[in-house]
Amino acid sequence: MGMLNKRRRAWPGATLVALLVMTTAASAQDLLVRGATVATASARGNVEDADVLVQGGIIRAVGRGLSAPAGVPVVEAKGRMLTPALFGGITEIGIEEVSGESSTVDSALKIGEQPLRPEFDVTLAYNPASVLIPVARLDGIGFTALGAATGGGFVAGQGGVVRFDGSADPIGPRALFLRLGAAASELTGQSRAAQWMLLQQMVDEARGQVAADSPHALLTPAGRRTLARYLSGQGRIVVEVDRAADIRQLLRWAAREKVKIAVAGGAEAWQLAPELAAAKVPVFVDALGNLPTTFDQIGATLENAARLQRAGVPVAFAQRDDASHNARKMRQLAGNAVANGLPWADGLAGLTRVPAEVLGVADQIGSIEPGKRADLVLWEGDPLDVAHYAEQVWLGGRAMPMRSRQTELRDRYLQRNAQP
Amino acid sequence: MTSTLLRAGLGLALVSLSTAPAVGASRFVADPYPSTYQAHPDGPLLIQNATVLTGTGQRLDNADVLLRDGRIVAVGDALQVDASVTRINADGKWVTPGLIDVHSHLGVYPSPGVGAHSDGNEMTAPVTANVWAEHSVWPQDPGFQAALAGGVTSMQVLPGSANLVGGRGVTLKNVPATTYQAMKFPGAPWGLKMACGENPKRVYGGGKGVAPATRMGNVAGYRAAFIDAADYIAKNKPKPAKRKGWFGSDKGDSAGDAGGKRDLKLDTLAGAIQGDIRVHIHCYRADEMATMLDLSKEFGFKVAAFHHGVEAYKLADRLAAEGVCGALWADWWGFKMEAFDGIAENIALVDRPKNSCAIVHSDSPEGIQRLNQEAAKVMAAARRAHMPEIAPERAITWMTANAAKALGIEAQTGTLEAGKMADVVIWNGNPFSSYALAEQVFVDGRRVYDRSTPPATPRSDFQLGQELR
Repeated sequence: MGMLNKRRRAWPGATLVALLVMTTAASAQDLLVRGATVATASARGNVEDADVLVQGGIIRAVGRGLSAPAGVPVVEAKGRMLTPALFGGITEIGIEEVSGESSTVDSALKIGEQPLRPEFDVTLAYNPASVLIPVARLDGIGFTALGAATGGGFVAGQGGVVRFDGSADPIGPRALFLRLGAAASELTGQSRAAQWMLLQQMVDEARGQVAADSPHALLTPAGRRTLARYLSGQGRIVVEVDRAADIRQLLRWAAREKVKIAVAGGAEAWQLAPELAAAKVPVFVDALGNLPTTFDQIGATLENAARLQRAGVPVAFAQRDDASHNARKMRQLAGNAVANGLPWADGLAGLTRVPAEVLGVADQIGSIEPGKRADLVLWEGDPLDVAHYAEQVWLGGRAMPMRSRQTELRDRYLQRNAQP
Repeated sequence: MTSTLLRAGLGLALVSLSTAPAVGASRFVADPYPSTYQAHPDGPLLIQNATVLTGTGQRLDNADVLLRDGRIVAVGDALQVDASVTRINADGKWVTPGLIDVHSHLGVYPSPGVGAHSDGNEMTAPVTANVWAEHSVWPQDPGFQAALAGGVTSMQVLPGSANLVGGRGVTLKNVPATTYQAMKFPGAPWGLKMACGENPKRVYGGGKGVAPATRMGNVAGYRAAFIDAADYIAKNKPKPAKRKGWFGSDKGDSAGDAGGKRDLKLDTLAGAIQGDIRVHIHCYRADEMATMLDLSKEFGFKVAAFHHGVEAYKLADRLAAEGVCGALWADWWGFKMEAFDGIAENIALVDRPKNSCAIVHSDSPEGIQRLNQEAAKVMAAARRAHMPEIAPERAITWMTANAAKALGIEAQTGTLEAGKMADVVIWNGNPFSSYALAEQVFVDGRRVYDRSTPPATPRSDFQLGQELR
């Protein structure tokens, strides 16, 4: 017991709680962070010794010498870094609890008949009470893209952006997720070529070029309507794909059909960096992926993010494997990309502004600018370095509890000695 | 008659020469697939003015490390050497022992992950103590070179965790080679891989409809196997010499065993009971680790380390008291039920008691490339929890000295002490950071990795020519 209290610092825990209790008159969504290194993730870059004023959960001002209106609690940052709340990647946070227990996983549709269901929307399964959320939030993560996972079809379905403030509903537009290449070959008759064949047929159906009652229809009427929406430019199609040749085909397809796409994974994306830049196609880079994990990833390199950025491709981050429970590794992805040539500012942008832009929510989150939601993190050190941690997270100006089921477990056993 | 016996004796002598078991070692650990590893040290090298983490818990600032003939010769201030010694000015750099991963599947689950190379789990029976991971190792796995770039100079390659007893693990030196024998760490004991919990019961009861289907089935399975092994040891006890001839007993072999038909499965389990093979147990939950400690007492073997142990923090004092290492991740959790209670401070809490043995392990071709960053996460999490600050000289032991101890190679490597193998990493700065990069890596005094001059061609045959267009 003693260790926790004895060693507790004056800031942030104790002081902040006290301030909030004393200032019940002011909104719990008001705040002045004073004297921070504000990493705005905007064109302003990092601003030293700056203040951020939050009222009603919205950032009102960013600058030096701001004063706190009466009753607005002040947090002294003492030069520490304040960033936008971070992007947790393309995850299943809130739509899976324990990956190995299918009763807790809602991210993939496995319907044998008519498996191609773009209308499938995983955000409807989102559980804002998931224990994964406080775990991710504790590490400075404020939002994620809920991704539909491929189950029965290579067109996985839709997802969207959720914020980790306890709110139940997604913000911004939906995104459609699909997977190309070897990883989806089993779902497309054992050939990646068939992915283009099937995709083209779905597009034809959605564009009304196949009779609705055709016995060969791949899509339901709802599926046609959904896909038609993406074909008309509403919402982005996020494509998990690695091989350069497949990305080339994807770029051609997207240009022909005039759809907004993003590449996720993109192990060999750097090989098509100029083409991606010209087409303004962003890439969610798995920045720790440098091995030829599959034959689609022969050209994988830790310099992927840096090379893409140099060519002008918008770079965000996303990881594979257990992206949900390991969402806290996202900072490590960005830091390692920086260690391998990506400018630091682009490393932070890949965790904040760029994914917000790609997912259509940059008007609300992803940077520290007046008018944006006050989704903020004050850091004990460099946020891209795993050697440091998040001291306090605010979402919509509300201080989030810096606790999780894991810190509860930690504290229980921190205070115990031998267990029988 | 006499000539037959003589021939038999000669044959045994030849076998013992070619397999070189330790003098008096049991035939259970004879090695017909011996190491052919050869050290090829560069000339003498003095690394100067570095921040040195010795792996013994010490940090030396502005210190020198002298390598000669493949060994650490001295570590200290302003070492004096003659002009013929090559010098590296490591001002601003950090120097550590080569990192050691006690849990890797490089080579047995290599990249690319094709079915043809999926050789890590002999999922045909729940107890396959007869199989040896080394016989699955594909030395051309590009992951070896990637791990080297992360400062890993030695690793234990283990069978997977599908089985109650998965087989023998092998400790390798991380050098490019055409055969695994040329990587095999000379004199390192084998590991025995066992697994608790969900995986065996899922693979057998869930997947194949045979035992074990439950955790109680798991424990019954271990017990049955070790009962057989105990019986095997008894049957192989040397019998009293009958002094029939001038050449000694006509029973038993040169190692004093009684002979009889060998059983590869029981050889391995017997080797584990006798302490010649290190027992490494994949085990997540604290209660199951406690059960396994009781099992080890029932059959008289010692557990070297629990691997993964996401709940090791609940049992930290007992692990330390029993001298059992915890080989752990920094942050994996939740991917299955037995990993649900994982916490970021696990390693720090396991490290906390007196005589503890905390280890950062990877179980991953990505994680093995950045064991240092895994440790950095733990250090930050401990600071966040207001635990006493974990110094770099402490944290480095998690992937050097403690790992060496778990593998039984602590007399040869794992610290920067005079006489040890010159397995050394020069880092671009403090290794406990996202930005840390290994700049130069030495194995037995040979520079096997240099970030400033990447090899003109890939080290792995698999990667050769792949970039040609």
